Amino acid sequence: MIKNINVKGLIATVVSATMLFAVLNANAADPKAMHPERNNYKSAGIFGKWDIPSLQRGFQVYQEVCAACHSMDLVAFRSLSDIGYNEDEIKAIAIEYEYETIDGDGEETFRPGIPADYFPAPFANEAAARAANNGALPPDFSTLVKAREHLGFFSSTYGEDYIVALMKGYEEELPASAPLGFELPEGAYYNHYIEGNAIAMAAPLYDDMVEYADGTPATIHQMAYDVANFMAWASDPTMQERKQMGLKVMLFMFFFVILLYFTNKRVWAKVKKGEDIDPSKI
Amino acid sequence: MASDKKFKPTSPNVQWLEDRLPILGLVYGSLGAGYNAPRNLNYWWNFGSLALFMLVIQIITGIVLVMHYVPHVDMAFDSVQHIRRDVNYGWLIQAVHANGASMFFMVIYIHILRGFYFGSYKAPREILWFLGIIIYLLMMATGFMGYVLPWGQMSYWGAKVITNLFGAFDFIPFIGDGIVEWLWGGFAVGQPTLNRFLSLHYLLPFVLIGVVILHIWALHIPGSTNPLGIDAKGPYDKIPFHPYYTAKDAFGLGVFIIFFASFVFYIPDFLGHPDNYVKANPLVTPAHIVPEWYYLPFYAILRAIPNELIGVVAMFASILILFAMPWLDASRIRSLRFRPLSQFFFWIFAVNGLFLGYLGQKAPDDILLASFDVTDFSRVSLTYYFGYFLVVMPLVSRMETTKPIPTSIAAAVLEANKKG
Amino acid sequence: MTKHDDVVEERRNFLYLATGAAGAVAVGGAVWPLVDQMNPSKDVLALSSIEIDLTKIAEGQSAVFLWRGNPVFVRHRTADEIAEAAADDAAEDLIDPENDADRVQKPEWLVMSGVCTHLGCVPLDQQGEFGGWYCPCHGSHYDISGRIRKGPAPSNLPTIDYVFLDNSTIQIG
Repeated sequence: MIKNINVKGLIATVVSATMLFAVLNANAADPKAMHPERNNYKSAGIFGKWDIPSLQRGFQVYQEVCAACHSMDLVAFRSLSDIGYNEDEIKAIAIEYEYETIDGDGEETFRPGIPADYFPAPFANEAAARAANNGALPPDFSTLVKAREHLGFFSSTYGEDYIVALMKGYEEELPASAPLGFELPEGAYYNHYIEGNAIAMAAPLYDDMVEYADGTPATIHQMAYDVANFMAWASDPTMQERKQMGLKVMLFMFFFVILLYFTNKRVWAKVKKGEDIDPSKI
Repeated sequence: MASDKKFKPTSPNVQWLEDRLPILGLVYGSLGAGYNAPRNLNYWWNFGSLALFMLVIQIITGIVLVMHYVPHVDMAFDSVQHIRRDVNYGWLIQAVHANGASMFFMVIYIHILRGFYFGSYKAPREILWFLGIIIYLLMMATGFMGYVLPWGQMSYWGAKVITNLFGAFDFIPFIGDGIVEWLWGGFAVGQPTLNRFLSLHYLLPFVLIGVVILHIWALHIPGSTNPLGIDAKGPYDKIPFHPYYTAKDAFGLGVFIIFFASFVFYIPDFLGHPDNYVKANPLVTPAHIVPEWYYLPFYAILRAIPNELIGVVAMFASILILFAMPWLDASRIRSLRFRPLSQFFFWIFAVNGLFLGYLGQKAPDDILLASFDVTDFSRVSLTYYFGYFLVVMPLVSRMETTKPIPTSIAAAVLEANKKG
Repeated sequence: MTKHDDVVEERRNFLYLATGAAGAVAVGGAVWPLVDQMNPSKDVLALSSIEIDLTKIAEGQSAVFLWRGNPVFVRHRTADEIAEAAADDAAEDLIDPENDADRVQKPEWLVMSGVCTHLGCVPLDQQGEFGGWYCPCHGSHYDISGRIRKGPAPSNLPTIDYVFLDNSTIQIG
C-alpha cells in the first residue's frame, strides 16, 4: 500500500488536516470558567488504586458536612466495604440512620438502618430541598463526579479535580478577572470554576471543620481532596477492578495477538511470495 | 479461475447430516475452503468481518443487559447504575455495550470509506452497496433508540430534538400533524416513548441480521473486489477463504480487540457525554445538546440550514445520495489507486467528513476563525460534501487520465515480488 | 519428506495448537461474565440474611418473616408446648422421625421454613390436629415441633441456619 500512495492525495490530506488543526486551536478562547488543576490521585492512570485512608476521611466529610443537603441515593452502606470498612463497622454506620416503616398495626414508625439500605436523602422530595436552599437543588452525589468530567483529545478535566477546585475557588468579592459587566445574581456566590461563575451554594468548607479520625490536619484543601476522592468512588466504585482486569486482558491479548501474527504469517508464507503461481498459465 | 471446491465429507455420518440439512456444506462453501477470494486483499478488507463481530457482541451484551434493565422513566437510570454496581460483571457488560456501539460505527465508517476508495459500489455490486446503506440506516436507528434508554439528560433531550424534527413533515395531508405525537405516544418524550424504544431497539438488530445475510449473499455472487479493482479471472487470482482469510481475519480481530479493550477498561466514558450521568429532567435543558459522535457530521449538516424542512431533507439526503454512487461515478476503473485526481478529491472528502463531525459538537455560533462561525464553516463543508457526489464524481470520473491497470491479479503479485 | 520438513511441520503444528488453545482461553474468559451475571447480584445477596428481634414475640406467639422470598416461622413456645414436642419424639406414627431437640437451638424458640414440603403452600398457625400447623391446600398436619404427622407432605418443615447474635436477636442466613 505504501508503494501505491498517491502523492497529491497525501499532500491534500496533510494540508487539510493542518488547516483543521489550526482552526481547532485558533480560538483557544478565554474560557468563561477557569480550568481546574490536576491533583495527584492514586486512582489516576492505568494502574490506579483506591486510596483507602483518603476515602475514609472523605466519607467522614460527606457525613458531617455534605449529607446535610446532598443525597447519595444509589450508594448502599454495604458498598462501604470497598473503602476498607468491615461488616461490623458497616452495621454500626447503618444503625445510626432511621428509615420509615409500617408497624404491625399499620402505623408509620421508624426502624434502624441495615447494611442493605441506601444512604437516606436529607429532604423528603425536590420541593423541600429547594425550599431549604433558596430555590436551588443540591445535586445527588451518586454520579456527580462523572457528570462533571470532560475528557478530550488535548486536555481533560476529571470530575474530582473540578470538585476540589470548586471547593477552593470561592471569592468573597468580585475579582479583577471576572468578565466585564458581570453581575452576581441575588443569593449566589462567586466561584472561579463553575460555568457562569455564579454558584448557589455558599463555600461549604473552612479549616478544621471536622476532626479527622486518623489525625490528618483538616485543611480546606485536604477536606476538598478527600471528599472529592470519596465522591469519585461513589460515582465509579468498580474503577480498581476495571483497571486490574484491564491489565490482565491487555497482557493476554498482546500475547495472543503475537501468536495470531505468526500463525497468519505461517499460513500465508507460500502464497504471499506467489510461489504457487505457474507463470506460464496466467 | 480456481473454481470453488465442493464439500466432500469423508465421514459417512457427516454425509448423513449433509443429505438432510446441508448446513456444513453451506459453511464450507461460504467461508470455508470451498469459497475463493482474491489473493491480494489488504487489511482494509478485514472491516466487514469486524463489523459482523461487533453486531454479534452488541446482540449478546444487549440481551444480557435487558435481563436487568427497567424501561420505566423513574427506574431506568437507577437500573443502569444497578447494573454497573451490583450485577456480577455488570460494569463490564455495560461498558462493552456502550463502547461497542462506537466501535461498530468506527468499523462501519472505515468499511464504507474502503468501498468509496476501491469502487466496491460499482457494477456488478450495486445491490450489495444498497444493502450496505440499508444496514447503515438500521444501525443509526438502533443506536439512536439505544442511547435514549439510560434516560440521562442527553438521552432525553437528544430524543426530544430528533423526534421533533419529524414535525417538519406536518405539511403532509391527513397524517402530517400527528406524526410526532404518534412517535412519542403522548405529548412529549415520556414513558410510552421509552417503552417502545426498548422494544424496537431489541427488534432492529435481528432485522439487521437478516439484511447482513442478504449482504453476504449478494457479495458471494460476484465475490469480493480487490485493491487493484480488476476482476479475478485467471486460475491463480483467487485462493480459498479458509485458511488464508480466516487466519487474517483472526489476526485483525485480535488487534481490534486490543483497541476496543483499551476503551472498555481505561477510558470507558471518553466517547460518551458527562450530562448523561444526570437523570433526565424535562424542565432543565442542558447547555449543549449533542448526539453521540457518530451522528455529528449529519447534525452539523442539519443545523447549518436555516429552513427546518430542508435541513431534515438534507440530513437524510446526505446518506441517501450514496444510493446514486454507482451511476454518479462513470469511470470504468474501480480502484482509486489508478485514478490520481479522484483520489485527491477523495482524501479531501474524508478530512471534510471528520471536520463536519468536529463542527457538529460545537455551538453553532462559536467563532472559529476571523469572524466566521461554526455555521459558516458547516455550510462550506456541506457544500463540498454534496459537491463531491453531484459535481466532482460525475465530472472527474469522465475527464481524468487514469494510470494503466495491471493485466491480472496474479501478474501483479509476481511483479510486486520481483521488485520487493 | 525430509527431517527438516518434519521439524518445520512440528513447529507449525505447535504454533497452531498454541494459538487455538489461547483462543479457547479467550472465549472461556469472555463467556464467564455472561454466565455469572445471571447469578444473584450484590443487592440481592445483601438481603440474603436478616436479623429478627425476638423481644417482639411473646410467649405462645408465632411470627412470620419473609426471607429470601419465602416465609420463615418463628414461634416462642411455652413450657407445655416444649414438653409436648419432646414427648412426641417417641410417637410411633412419625412420618419423618426427628427429635425435637435436634430441630431447635434453644427449646423455647422454634425457627423453621414456612413452606409445606408437599407442594409449597404456606401452612396456617394454631390449626390442625397436632397443636401446630395445618396446610389447607391438601391437608397436611404439622405438630408443635413442625414435624409432619398426617397428610401428603413427605417431610418435616425444614429447619434453617440461624445464629443467636445475643439472647434477643437471631440472624437468619
